[in-house]
Amino acid sequence: MPADDIAIVGWGQTPSVASTDLTEPQLCLAAVNDALAMANIDRHAIGFTCSGSCDYLSGGPFVFISNLEAAGAWPPISESHVEMDGAWALYEAWVRIQHGDIDFALVYGSGKSSPSDPALLFPQQLDPYYLEPLGLDPASLMGMQARALLDSGTATERDFAAVAARSRRAGAANPKAQTLPNGAGESDLDIDALLAAPYVRAPLRAHDLAPAADGAAAVVLATPAKARELTDHPVFIRGIDHRLEPHQPGVRDLADSPSTRLAAQKAGLGANGGGVGVAELYATSSAQELILRAALGLGPDVSVNPSGGALCSDPVMATGLVRIIEAAQRVADGTTRRAVAHAVNGQVLQHNLVCVLEGER
Amino acid sequence: MSARPVAVIGVGQTHHKKARADVSMIGLVREAAERALADAGCDWADIDAVVLGKAPDAFEGVMQPELFLADALGGAGKPMLRVHTAGSVGGSTFIYGSHLVNAGIHERVLTVAWEKQSEGNAQWGLAGGRSGGIGAGGAFAPFIRKYIRDTDAPEYIGWMVAVKDRQNALKNPYAHLKIADISIEKVKESEMLWDPLRFLESCPSSDGACAMVVGSEAAAAAAPNPPAWVLGTAVRTELSTFPGRDATRPQAGVDCAHALYDSVGITNPREQIDVAELYVPFSWYEPMWLEGHDIAGPGEGWRMVDDGATEIEGSFPVNPSGGVLSSNPIGASGMLRMAEAALQVRGLAGEHQVEGAHVSLGQAYGGNAQYFSMAIFGSTQDAVR
Repeated sequence: MPADDIAIVGWGQTPSVASTDLTEPQLCLAAVNDALAMANIDRHAIGFTCSGSCDYLSGGPFVFISNLEAAGAWPPISESHVEMDGAWALYEAWVRIQHGDIDFALVYGSGKSSPSDPALLFPQQLDPYYLEPLGLDPASLMGMQARALLDSGTATERDFAAVAARSRRAGAANPKAQTLPNGAGESDLDIDALLAAPYVRAPLRAHDLAPAADGAAAVVLATPAKARELTDHPVFIRGIDHRLEPHQPGVRDLADSPSTRLAAQKAGLGANGGGVGVAELYATSSAQELILRAALGLGPDVSVNPSGGALCSDPVMATGLVRIIEAAQRVADGTTRRAVAHAVNGQVLQHNLVCVLEGER
Repeated sequence: MSARPVAVIGVGQTHHKKARADVSMIGLVREAAERALADAGCDWADIDAVVLGKAPDAFEGVMQPELFLADALGGAGKPMLRVHTAGSVGGSTFIYGSHLVNAGIHERVLTVAWEKQSEGNAQWGLAGGRSGGIGAGGAFAPFIRKYIRDTDAPEYIGWMVAVKDRQNALKNPYAHLKIADISIEKVKESEMLWDPLRFLESCPSSDGACAMVVGSEAAAAAAPNPPAWVLGTAVRTELSTFPGRDATRPQAGVDCAHALYDSVGITNPREQIDVAELYVPFSWYEPMWLEGHDIAGPGEGWRMVDDGATEIEGSFPVNPSGGVLSSNPIGASGMLRMAEAALQVRGLAGEHQVEGAHVSLGQAYGGNAQYFSMAIFGSTQDAVR
């Protein structure tokens, strides 16, 4: 097994907005520049670059090629790209830096959801023979999942609203989080008021669903030796793993997330949340947060999504990487010694990544 | 920690065709994967992780298809990662899979790359569905014209490559194009598509998949068939276009080759490499990559073709499988280069086996000739002499 605890030494993220006139390379460039500035290294010190993005969001092929401008791919760079959230780009870079021949890796994830309608787009992410023709959109799938959770008897619609209220309260204090159309006003924080809202897909209401956004995020990884040279407060990746579940929703227990549990186990999280003080979870519905908390064994003392999470802003393809950044931030600033970040790819928690972060032992 | 040895222990591919109407996308990837597992002498449960690569999702109109292919590839309960680096993706996918073993994370990894062009429209996909695209040939023809002008290469060099690869394809049971009466005359008289590229100097559109099982030394020792040792890998990328860019000899290709050669102790690639599988979607890319990867000197690449050096019996055989010119399931085309290069040093290439192949080169490129992924395979861990 890999022995090296790779460190996160720099990060950056653009503000998430419902729609921006900036191009995706411009978003990436801002995030990459911030990450390099924080790490205090020149981009030519980077030994490997990996990005995550998705052509379908902006509706053109090879979106990631334009994003290379942000990586500054001249002179030529050692580089790869995943058609996934940036959290998986971080995973590929983490694998690459294990070889021991490079000091730094750059990771970025980006997406512009504003050019497309998720309800029309995301059915095309489903099995094209049996599921896609049904026109199942993400909200419908998440509604079925939330219903399964209610039917399991472990949560109520009031629990969903409480997750939303807490997320909105946290998001209002996060300058990178999206300003939601209805604001984080008093009524947003009042659970009875939230429960009075109409369903989007029963049993989920608008506040239960992540609002897609435009945005980008970037991270600089370093070997432990380089990290200690650069900073007195390195954040180490103690473990990272990702696991997938079958695609057909009908063969899964949607009220549970066994792949998250397995990824956490492989990442060495440990039982009952493994003593983390903070968890940043990529839940695209309030019900998913409850499912993920249970899968990770997080107790009531764990601060979940202090950034506001995806329920405040979901810059698709960057959101998972943002969770790692937000968790790393809280280790770096001393909020907690140990944190866990989670990312998801696919619908209703099909593919989950778990990353355990710690400061110096 | 440092990288530990890694080997290709299983290779599988589909019969590539214009339309594999007999299988779904699911059936297509499954066919290649099952053949690779059989070659590796292992079962789905022996695989620790799956890596999947393909070219733009717009080609088939399925967004992130790895999600629905997970079940067919035994992905449930495992890590599965989707790579996309344009035309080089098959190479990059294999390389990432090999790194998972190098880094000591997994013992056996299944890498799969595919394209089912008949279920979509690649030309439409390349253009983003927005306009009439110029196609890949339209993008590369100006580069080829520049190469011809710079090197004074005769026009028939392109025809020779086209004939050689199609003749090689006749020896490869999986190849798509089987043109038994291929000849210089036939290529020369075929329709001009993108001057100077004629119809028979261009790759086909294919349905197909390729799969490779990579494993540790222990996995190689347990496998029934001989391994191909992955002696080195390299990837390089540069920007699509900018003033002063040399598009016929992209710096990323030069850097990638030299990083690779240096990592395995190759100082004279033409002498030390026994056979190469290069990504040649249009005939002229054979001499261009021979020069672009410093296997031949400037202007010497086309002379190697002219002298017959790149024929299967020549001194430096290129694409004995028939190459991309004979089978082009785009996302898989790069991995097929790696797979065929691995088969050669395993001695398992069948009728298109190059005698005495101990060191082979696999190469893929993509985008605007700006993405490169390359690997050197050896019959033994110390095969490079």
